[in-house]
Amino acid sequence: MLQAKNITKWFGEGEAKTYALHDVSFEVNFGEMLYIVGPSGSGKTTLLSIISGILRPNEGSVTVLDKDLWQMSDSDLADFRLYTLGFVFQDFHLFKKLTCKENVAIPLILQKKPMDEALAAALKELKMVGLERRTELNPNRLSIGEQQRVAIARAIVTEPTLLILDEPTASLDGETGKRIISFIKENLLNEKRAIIIVTHDNRIYPYASRMIRMEDGRITEKAGNLDED
Amino acid sequence: MTGLLQIALKLLANDRGKFFTLIVGITFAVVLMLLMTSLFAGIMQRTAANIYNIGAKVWVMDPSVNTQTDNIPMPDYILDVVRSIEGVSYAVPMYSGSGLLKLNDGRYQAANVIGIDDATLFGRPNMLQGEIADIYNNDAYIAIHDSEFSKLNNPVLGSTFEVNDYRGVVVGIGEALMSGLFGTPTLYTTFNRAISDLPQMRFTITYILVEPKNVADVAHIKQTVSEAGYLALTQKEFIKKNTHYYMYQTGLGTNVLIMTVISFIVGLSIAGQTFYAFVLENIEEFGALKAIGAKKQELIEMILFQSSVVGFIGYGLGMLIAMVLIALAKYRLANYAALVTFQSLAFCFLMVLAIVAFSSYLGIRRVTRIDPFDIFRG
Ligand SMILES: Nc1ncnc2c1ncn2[C@@H]1O[C@H](COP(=O)(O)OP(=O)(O)OP(=O)(O)O)[C@@H](O)[C@H]1O
Ligand SMILES: [Mg+2]
Repeated sequence: MLQAKNITKWFGEGEAKTYALHDVSFEVNFGEMLYIVGPSGSGKTTLLSIISGILRPNEGSVTVLDKDLWQMSDSDLADFRLYTLGFVFQDFHLFKKLTCKENVAIPLILQKKPMDEALAAALKELKMVGLERRTELNPNRLSIGEQQRVAIARAIVTEPTLLILDEPTASLDGETGKRIISFIKENLLNEKRAIIIVTHDNRIYPYASRMIRMEDGRITEKAGNLDED
Repeated sequence: MTGLLQIALKLLANDRGKFFTLIVGITFAVVLMLLMTSLFAGIMQRTAANIYNIGAKVWVMDPSVNTQTDNIPMPDYILDVVRSIEGVSYAVPMYSGSGLLKLNDGRYQAANVIGIDDATLFGRPNMLQGEIADIYNNDAYIAIHDSEFSKLNNPVLGSTFEVNDYRGVVVGIGEALMSGLFGTPTLYTTFNRAISDLPQMRFTITYILVEPKNVADVAHIKQTVSEAGYLALTQKEFIKKNTHYYMYQTGLGTNVLIMTVISFIVGLSIAGQTFYAFVLENIEEFGALKAIGAKKQELIEMILFQSSVVGFIGYGLGMLIAMVLIALAKYRLANYAALVTFQSLAFCFLMVLAIVAFSSYLGIRRVTRIDPFDIFRG
């Protein structure tokens, strides 16, 4: 469903020019949970931003559902993120002054769905991630693991075809991390959706369908089908 | 209200501290600006009290007159000139001057004496006590029941006093439509008694009050009077001239202006700064909205809506507080000069809009510069 071809991205010009990505190509298919792993500074977040329509690559192309992402207008890119993509930021970026339910409803509100409909859908997603008793609280009253689940609920409330999570287990303890990934795999992965996870955390590697390893802005290893449970 | 604006409102209102500070800042500025401008309007109105009270449609005066209290006499022939102008229905002389009274208790008190035309009594006050016809009695004066009335020792019908060593007797108490500003009581008498009782220069007519046949004649009257070397002004123009003098030729206008500007700047900086802090505090959330797929336009709408909400609440509260303060002050102090005019209200509203625009501009500039990539990188 997504093809990235020969992506190159650099920052700065002249002396200060540094390459964040070098000729990176990969693809993701429906029903897959793709891991992107690699050391800090290897370009993982940069790559995610490029395939999410946030950061324009210097070279190369990204095709999602047969559409060339970087040929779209800014407004179409925003719509792409709003309707096709679900994103869980590394530090969640939940609205502190809103309730969990309102937080989760935001993407639907941006889609101009009526408020009550958006809130009802948010409630449903919060139930799904097991937070039905936290819906009226502000997110900063929740544990990190619970906030993570609110962020996931917000990412999936629009039923996106592509779900992207940046370091989803970084701030969780090992057990909680494993539990959340297995939850994602069992409940959120399906034949109409692809999931991309960026992680350092080798405890959750076993859940990947496929993995690509990055170093210094290049893909150094593509490991197929780790999916053997 | 769209869902996004509801969210914008919740973000704002749930930040109690800043929401409160923003409203207080704007309210404070509105109260100050409204009080200053109302006080100014009130004072200006008071300085023109006699122009309102006499009520003539057209006033003829010496061109050097700046305010109604400049009593510059004109020669008698001007009255004939004015009377002979086509379109003048009638024209009467008026005397305005100040007299020194010696009251019953031996105290001296300066008073403003108005002499109205003997034949027509044009410009006469409404009588609270006594009959207007008694103004023709010997030594008759009418005391005006304005806020300075007590300075005449609260006279009753029959009370006597001396005006420049002439005897005066109160034959009536007249109503003041508006009190003056200058703290002197007002007495009405006939034009002839005024010029015989009060010390005079060679000329005696201070103003000529004109009733034009109709409004269309005013231009012609003004023109002819000006050819004779004098000035004819409508009531409105005279009030304006009077106000202009105090506004620009005395420190009054400048001081009020400075105070108003300071109030505005205080409101502007409190609101601008707090709102900017509010936007900064939520900057990651705004960035996250952008990353999720909010368009620039939508973020701008949110910010404009938030700042307008505090602007309107602040304006409403400020207006309410200022009016209550003025009403209380008027209730306690009969002489308190403050007038909430439509102009003051509109002016304050524009100032609030300026504060809202400035705050929004700061916020919008910040929000549109967020790069969602920074949100991704954390
Ligand atoms: N705006 C920028 N300006 C200059 N260099 C940048 C910018 N953004 C990223 N880089 C550089 O690009 C490289 C890749 O950064 P990126 O954030 O994608 O790495 P990462 O793999 O996500 O690392 P981490 O695991 O620490 O999140 C780094 O060397 C970084 O310094
Ligand atoms: Mg990263």
